[in-house]
Amino acid sequence: MDKNKLLDLLRQNARLSNAEIAAMTGETEENVANGIKALEDEGYIIGYSAIIDEEKADDSGVTAVIELKITPIKDRGFDDLAHTIMEFDEVDSVYLMSGAYDLMVTISGTSLRNVALFVSERLAVLDGVLSTATHFILRRYKEKHHIFNEEKYDDRSMVSP
Amino acid sequence: MNYDEIIPKKIRDIQPSGIRKFFDIAQHVPDVISLSIGEPDFKTPWTVRKEAINILERGKTAYTANSGLMQLRKSVCGYLHDFINTDYDPESEVIITVGGSEAIDLAVRALIEPGCEVLVPEPSFVCYSPIVRMMGGTPVPIVTKAEDKFRLTAQALKEKITDRTRMLVLPYPNNPTGAVMRKNDLESIAEVLRGTNIIVASDEIYAEMTYNGIKHVSIAEIDGMKERTLVISGFSKAYAMTGWRLGYIAGPQPIIKQMLKLHQYCIMSSPTVSQYAAIKAIEDCKPDVVHMVEEYDMRRRLCVKAFNDMGLECFEPEGAFYVFPCIKSTGMSSEEFCEKLVYDKKVAVVPGNAFGQSGEGFVRVSYAYSVQHLETAFSRIRDFLKEN
Repeated sequence: MDKNKLLDLLRQNARLSNAEIAAMTGETEENVANGIKALEDEGYIIGYSAIIDEEKADDSGVTAVIELKITPIKDRGFDDLAHTIMEFDEVDSVYLMSGAYDLMVTISGTSLRNVALFVSERLAVLDGVLSTATHFILRRYKEKHHIFNEEKYDDRSMVSP
Repeated sequence: MNYDEIIPKKIRDIQPSGIRKFFDIAQHVPDVISLSIGEPDFKTPWTVRKEAINILERGKTAYTANSGLMQLRKSVCGYLHDFINTDYDPESEVIITVGGSEAIDLAVRALIEPGCEVLVPEPSFVCYSPIVRMMGGTPVPIVTKAEDKFRLTAQALKEKITDRTRMLVLPYPNNPTGAVMRKNDLESIAEVLRGTNIIVASDEIYAEMTYNGIKHVSIAEIDGMKERTLVISGFSKAYAMTGWRLGYIAGPQPIIKQMLKLHQYCIMSSPTVSQYAAIKAIEDCKPDVVHMVEEYDMRRRLCVKAFNDMGLECFEPEGAFYVFPCIKSTGMSSEEFCEKLVYDKKVAVVPGNAFGQSGEGFVRVSYAYSVQHLETAFSRIRDFLKEN
């Protein structure tokens, strides 16, 4: 079945059942199951997770975005250091960026102090790290097309032509 | 004061829409989830809203020409050329109206006088017959059936034509059934009408919403039909612009010329900001329409399967955004079913008989809702069917 269609549907809602996807796309359930399996096997889908309002789930937890400037290594570029950084459990995501800095790292921790210590004691000291800048997330408005604290309302009248 | 004495009987006798009647019931039940809405759940595409903001900022708030902005009329004619292969002169063959509804009203008012009969395939949208009656005409329902996929057949049409027949309303893609007339169906209807003086009011407001790879065909495209057809459409459904109140009517110049007087005295000109925004919609929003139609299509399949699995036989609609499941197996009338469902399970669907007597035994379900919303409603309806 159409790979992009399937990815689109799962991007919107990964919890749709195979039966629902089959009904929606006019495919058989078996085709849907095989399609998803192929996407997983081929590495298009690398995992599933819920989008959680972390402020509600853990109101003392903090998330920070850290900008890292680093020195690329001959023939290896930024990959070695990126791999080292992503091995830390505290690290949620690591991206190589264009622009004013090189790596963007997001980190979750139990307190501002813990995150700040992690940055100064574990990241800043790594060979090749030139500088860090830490930004704490104060409020989440939207993530992956989902809106936090959205008032669910339908301003259409209940019955209409 | 005795108001009945001063309000003409013909006005007093008009029945409020059956949809409205059900709304009055449903709105008094708290926490109802609705599957009754006949308008898109999408917001108007952002480019269109932004254009409206620009127009307001630039202070373009005056009346337009009676028949609408020339630029919009040209856009509409260009669109009709591409979409239904039919050419209209933007000068004299199109009027920009306040929604498709005004276009329907103009068509009937310009053509119907006492003694005229207007053929209305049913089930269909609720406004045709009351307007015909207001003009002193007689609406003549033509029953369409599930076994004919709710299409109008040449045979059924022929049986109802008399020497008083002035107009045929052709409401396809159909609200509430989702039925679509294919080209060969239209050919056989055209065969009956060519050579008569019957005008077709072709209400094509859902034309962009067709599924299973079927492309909408207008009866105006069929040989010899353009001269006897009024094409009625608008921006509400395709571009999710219901509240902007903008539609259009295209047809033969001698009729359009007469309608323009009615429009001029009643409306002056359609909302200016909406008109500018609509130009943008035609220019830029084809991908948005494609996206919305793909979304509707997935929900349509989900609905058809859900109702058939529940044991409520559901014809597979090929257009619009409604399914029209048959509820006769429950032994209830459409109204009983809908009232009980809304009181017991807090789900609102519209009784089929609101769309004409031939809709009895069916309910209209709109799928202009998120998949999650639909699934919640289905599970409540399943419980309802188990208990009844």
